[in-house]
Amino acid sequence: MGMRSRKGGDGIRAAASATSVGDGAKTHAGGGLRLGADTDRLWRLSLGLLAALALAGFVAGGFVLLLAGTGAELPVASILGDGYLRGVVFFTLEQAALSTLISVLAAIPLAAALHRARFRGRTSVLRIFLLPQALPVLVGALAIITVWGRNGVVSDLGAALGLPRFSIYGLEGILLAHAFFNIPLAARLMIAALDAVPRESWRLAGQLSFSPLTTFRLVEWPAIRRALPAAASLVFMLCATSFTIVLVLGGGPGATTLEVAIYQTLRYEFDPGRAVALSLLQIALTALVLTLATRLGSAEAGDFGLGGTARRHDTPSRWRSLFDLAVLFAGLLFILSPFVAILVAGLKADLVRLLTEPAVLDALVTSLWVSLSSGTLAIFLSVAILLGVEALASAERRAVIASAIPRRGLEITASLVLVVPPVVLGAGWFLGLRQVTNVFAAAPYVVVLTNMAMAVPFAVRILGPALQDAHLRSEKLADSLGMSGLSRFRLLDWPALRRPMGLAFALSVAISLGDLGAIALFGNREFTTLPYLLYQRMGSYRTEDAAGLALILGVVCLALIWFAERSSSLGARS
Amino acid sequence: MADPSNLIRIMPAEGMRAWRSHHVLRFPTRTKDNDLTLASPLPGPLSLTGLFTLTGILAISGEALAQDAGKPVLTVYTYESFVPEWGPGPKIEEAFEARCECDLRFEGLADGVAILNRLKLEGASSPADIVIGLTTDLVPEAKATGLFAESGTDLSPLALPIDYSDPVFVPFDYSYLAVMVDTEAAENWPKSLAELVSGDREQTIAIEDPRTSTPGLGFLLWMKAVYGEDAKAKWEELAERILTVTPGWSEAYGLFTSGEVPLVMSYSTSEAYHRIEEESERYRAADFSEGLYLQIEVAGMLAGSDNPDLARQFLAFILTPEFQSIIPTGNWAYPVIEGIDLPPAFDDLIEVKNPIYIDPEIVAKNRQAWTQEWLEALGR
Repeated sequence: MGMRSRKGGDGIRAAASATSVGDGAKTHAGGGLRLGADTDRLWRLSLGLLAALALAGFVAGGFVLLLAGTGAELPVASILGDGYLRGVVFFTLEQAALSTLISVLAAIPLAAALHRARFRGRTSVLRIFLLPQALPVLVGALAIITVWGRNGVVSDLGAALGLPRFSIYGLEGILLAHAFFNIPLAARLMIAALDAVPRESWRLAGQLSFSPLTTFRLVEWPAIRRALPAAASLVFMLCATSFTIVLVLGGGPGATTLEVAIYQTLRYEFDPGRAVALSLLQIALTALVLTLATRLGSAEAGDFGLGGTARRHDTPSRWRSLFDLAVLFAGLLFILSPFVAILVAGLKADLVRLLTEPAVLDALVTSLWVSLSSGTLAIFLSVAILLGVEALASAERRAVIASAIPRRGLEITASLVLVVPPVVLGAGWFLGLRQVTNVFAAAPYVVVLTNMAMAVPFAVRILGPALQDAHLRSEKLADSLGMSGLSRFRLLDWPALRRPMGLAFALSVAISLGDLGAIALFGNREFTTLPYLLYQRMGSYRTEDAAGLALILGVVCLALIWFAERSSSLGARS
Repeated sequence: MADPSNLIRIMPAEGMRAWRSHHVLRFPTRTKDNDLTLASPLPGPLSLTGLFTLTGILAISGEALAQDAGKPVLTVYTYESFVPEWGPGPKIEEAFEARCECDLRFEGLADGVAILNRLKLEGASSPADIVIGLTTDLVPEAKATGLFAESGTDLSPLALPIDYSDPVFVPFDYSYLAVMVDTEAAENWPKSLAELVSGDREQTIAIEDPRTSTPGLGFLLWMKAVYGEDAKAKWEELAERILTVTPGWSEAYGLFTSGEVPLVMSYSTSEAYHRIEEESERYRAADFSEGLYLQIEVAGMLAGSDNPDLARQFLAFILTPEFQSIIPTGNWAYPVIEGIDLPPAFDDLIEVKNPIYIDPEIVAKNRQAWTQEWLEALGR
């Protein structure tokens, strides 16, 4: 429980003293005030349910519109009996499970080492860790190939030493790329969990001169373990729906995921019924895995946090320093080397010409407002859902309701949008919207909403734990003071949300900035984002331009992350 | 708000089409199109509220662009690479608008298949008048939708490598599938399909997935046309040489130009691009003794068009020298009529004596079975 929750407590306490000085008489009207807090929770619950319903409705609406608009039926029986599909499902789960295992296992020592170590550029490294989410997957995949490919840097080095060239194409290529995209994500979740370790624990570990191993076992591991379910479930969902990586690095049609099958079904066979049925299968499978994951873990939602300033009191140890050095060297080399490849390729492009091209500037402005809008909306929606979640959690604590199922349902709804295939969602809304309006005029709104939906699972995981801590600490106090309505939000929730808000916003913006799924169906000449333009250039032999655009996209994204984190930390300090 | 991205130009740049008064960044007010209203003043640069507000301002849109008043609009669906300033789209637009008193508008979709899907989603009420960019392989499927009308175009100027007569679709260019070679990475490259299938395993190739891309399907048909019943066994043999199978042309060609793979399935005219635009002879198309697979791209008009006469006029325009002279370096393909001056680099391209082509109706009947065969040959 770090700065955040203490801030929340401070806010409440300040208000408490103000209230008792101002009109202490009111505090005696206990009964009426409790009712006020309960009404308040009811409001919050309604708000959360409404937000979750809006989210679920947006997804379900896409499916229903697609089925209704094409008069298709759901071929459930034929899907369950399809042998080819069973193979696809098995491969999807196999590669996602392996990718998750590798990413999470590798992230543990990296997170621990990054949390212990203090070096110049650490903050920048933590920011770059968010960048893979903002890169169009193809850019990342080509960068990985520059490093790890048949004619990549590593292979060349090996060849110079007389080793045979190795090929990454196949399952190993998929796992390698998924590790690149997801180790940083998992590591940031874990670093945040470490930041949430109480100061006293570090002090105690220092005073008792714990060995590095004991510190890990008694202090670090319990914290990291708390972040595991959230990290694993997020990574699992991202890998289960992987598309471009599986196709480019999978080596052949043996590597086909459900997402690929859905895309193929809708695009090349134009079978909307089957596409929706497959999407539902994908959602159901993921829901099953997530439910199992939450049962295994202790906490439902993890915490990204800010990689802030926990003061540690480690006893110096040569072995630990060596271990950290090795882990940091290997981990950062693995994660940062593809970015170097992107930088080198991008600098070869004619950046000055690109940055003065009207088409690029147009796409840049569009990308900015689309990502900023969807990031903003994602925050609003996530906060609403979390207020509902906390209202339910509070009702559970006070034994008003016995079951945790409604709360879990709310949380899972906020997660599952991540595995809804954008191509199906887009097609449904396209059909529905064109009955009532000009689709191209509506395109920006649909893209913003889809990107918003995709960012909610991330934002909820960043903001959730902070809000949970604040409620655990200060809810009773707030209740007894009879705080309700806006003042309750301002004094109880807002101080807790404010600090992680910047990171949640930055990541939401990054996800939207790199999105190609929604824009693919709705993009047109008047509505072009940077990744869309990048793909367009690649599709017309202009690979150098594409490399330049990838660099521009990366820089823009880092600037936004810097801006969002910087502004939120300033806001929290003032 | 038909044109949101054009409404918000923060910075006028040289060569920008327009910086008109109604493009000025609007401060939030309640407008008819958009109910989003923000009352707060412009915030300080480093505050979160500021960021949110900036978002709001950026998201606010103004009035729709004034259209060319009174002129009928002809909407043309095409694929993406047709539309950008270096593609054939803008030149064709200029040339046709000079003679039609109309507003020609291209809408770029991902590829030919995406165009067809869009039409299936939209049905009879599609805003499109014309579709340009389907390959002939898609023609049976396109006709089955019942959305297309006869072109009424006189096809006699056509000079295609094969006989062509179709009352509905008008060919606008053609090209040959070919294996492109990175001559810096491969000194001896295959001179025939047979050599590709059985040649050096260390010299790998990137191909496209026939389930998701046009050249991928083309290569599948090429193998089928040459090997017939033996195609599956040949695919199994070729499999060892395939580095990877990508979802589309862009991914495969990206691997190729980044030096990861010495061979890639592309078009023989790809060579012309590198010769002309990059003045490089590094990338060459491989001539195969069995012949190269012919891919013809066609255009058609929709039965539901609001401007059928104008649409017919456009289809007829396709077969004029004015349109066709834009094709070679605009779309990197061959023109479909004779008498078009080709750039000198085109003289160096492979001269195809025996084009390979499977009738689209046969393709339509067998595509699923052939794809299944391919899957079995390459799957694990």
